[in-house]
Amino acid sequence: MQKSEYQDCRQKKPRFIPWLALVLALALLPIIGIIKGNFLSHVLVMILLNASMAQAWNIIGGYAGQISFGHSVFFGIGAYGAAYAVTTLKITPYPGMIVGALIACVVALIIGYPTFRLKGHYFAIATFAIVEVFNRLFMIWDTVGGAIGLDYPILKDGWRNFTWSRTKVGYYYGALILFVLIFSIVRTMEHAKFGYYLKAIREGQETAESLGVNSRRYKLLAMALSAAMAAFCGAFFAQYNYRVDPSMVLSLDMSMKFVLITILGGIGTLWGPLLGAAILIPLQEYTRAYLARLGPGIDLIIFGIIIILMMEFQPRGLMGILENLRKPSHALVKRSNTNSVQNNRLKGHLGGKQ
Amino acid sequence: MSLFFQILLDGLWSGLLYALISSGLSLIWGVLDVINFAHGEFLMVGMYVSFFLGFLFKMDPLISWVASGAFLFILGVLTYKLVIKRTLKMAMAPLLASFGLSMVLKNIAMNRFTPNFRILSGTIMEGKVISLGSVIIPVPNLVTAIFSLVILGILYWMLTKTRFGWAVQATAMDPEAAQLMGINTEHIFVLVFGLGGACVGIAGGLLPSYLATHPDVGTLFGLIAFIVVALGGFGSIPGALVAAILVGLIESFAGFYIAPVFKYIAVFGVYLVVILIRPKGIKGW
Repeated sequence: MQKSEYQDCRQKKPRFIPWLALVLALALLPIIGIIKGNFLSHVLVMILLNASMAQAWNIIGGYAGQISFGHSVFFGIGAYGAAYAVTTLKITPYPGMIVGALIACVVALIIGYPTFRLKGHYFAIATFAIVEVFNRLFMIWDTVGGAIGLDYPILKDGWRNFTWSRTKVGYYYGALILFVLIFSIVRTMEHAKFGYYLKAIREGQETAESLGVNSRRYKLLAMALSAAMAAFCGAFFAQYNYRVDPSMVLSLDMSMKFVLITILGGIGTLWGPLLGAAILIPLQEYTRAYLARLGPGIDLIIFGIIIILMMEFQPRGLMGILENLRKPSHALVKRSNTNSVQNNRLKGHLGGKQ
Repeated sequence: MSLFFQILLDGLWSGLLYALISSGLSLIWGVLDVINFAHGEFLMVGMYVSFFLGFLFKMDPLISWVASGAFLFILGVLTYKLVIKRTLKMAMAPLLASFGLSMVLKNIAMNRFTPNFRILSGTIMEGKVISLGSVIIPVPNLVTAIFSLVILGILYWMLTKTRFGWAVQATAMDPEAAQLMGINTEHIFVLVFGLGGACVGIAGGLLPSYLATHPDVGTLFGLIAFIVVALGGFGSIPGALVAAILVGLIESFAGFYIAPVFKYIAVFGVYLVVILIRPKGIKGW
């Protein structure tokens, strides 16, 4: 009994074959002709992009337990980096992406250093305020187009410009690279010392510190890593969307997207972000397309109701539902025990009562 | 000099309006330790109630604030019963659930009432001003400010001087102990949520006499209310009043002396600086 409990808590080593199989399967989708219609490929690109965004947030929000509502700042910086390189400097977007990611890292450290002192709701509201400050600053910053934003010119298709106008297959592979990059990092991190430190900080900062974990340093590192990844997602979004403006990329709604997809998928889990994006994005895109005759905003009404219901019935998200399905009822005796373990884990994730 | 006073008074009016809007949020945060993210949308709903009463039945906002206050009381109670109560187990879950609610409310308004700006004309206070020398005082703002002070006064009196208020304070400090003392904490939570809704409903009821109603009107007010409450400190009504006036003054002075686009940068910037010096707000404990 004791032993199995112990093994249950210890996480399995990551298996490489299923991961490779998933990536290969995703890479093969366009070749075997599943992606024909542009709408379907748009949905698939959005799934991969949103899964990557959610995973980037998951590093700081899920593993380190710091619920930040400020990730659109990093996303926006990345988006503006790529867009500035293309529209103003007239070069390929790649240097812009990298510089954007570096700036996002620095901004994350500057933001994180003082705000990690704040607890619970105070931290959440401070991150809202940071988003608003950046939104307003970009609105009045003429070099990046102010409130109008940056519009892309017509460019030649291909990897050099990271632009494809006829099919979306190129974007699909771009998003796949982003997805593989971010998921590989988190996959490795989960079983590295760094990941364990973050989880220890989430479960109990004082305890972790008493065992010699420099909590501030690791939280800042996690924030910087998360910010850089979010910036790459932003750069991809700018390329895909072909324009950026402050209210699109630097807004509270965009920040919420990071949080909601992760939480609805399953916070603090490796596959939660992908699961969340894979189910919610098609739902949103298809309700938008097919229920449009009911007037504007129907898709967002449905999305809002889903958020409310999920928070009420399964705050651990889709991964929680899956876990419940997988655990057969013969564990009835142990149920109260495991539930308390799960609930404790969740308290760590969602901040706990301050 | 009169210009200075004009800016000062303008800041004061917006500050007192923010105080009225934030009082409900502050109450809810203080007692339940929950951020109601749909607070701005509650304001929007209140404004629509008042607007349609004025538009369809020619009821003046000076009267229809009662109706929108009552309506929002009911909406607050329903929100607690249907959304907040079921998510209280986890600290961040109510915030996200109420974000979902804000999406629902905003988009229902968008869907039913179109995104158009709606202005109520022919109200009693419309365009009326009081001139004191060269300083102009718009009557609607003045009336809202007076309402704000009166309602905050009533709230403060209720919380500190009545048995109900003591029960609320006890519940805020320790719900379990309060329950052991025979306080029905469930009733307190329901009433607090209802009162929080009613406060913002009254603000929403008065606003259509000088502000256009549209589905997005609550977003900025909601954000400012978060800032005010966090700046004032955990559930402190006097703290919220001080913070709200501070925010209003910063807004109007930064808007005039720096540039209009800077006013919210200044507000949020000052908030960030203060919160870093006093992590729990001006009056936090």
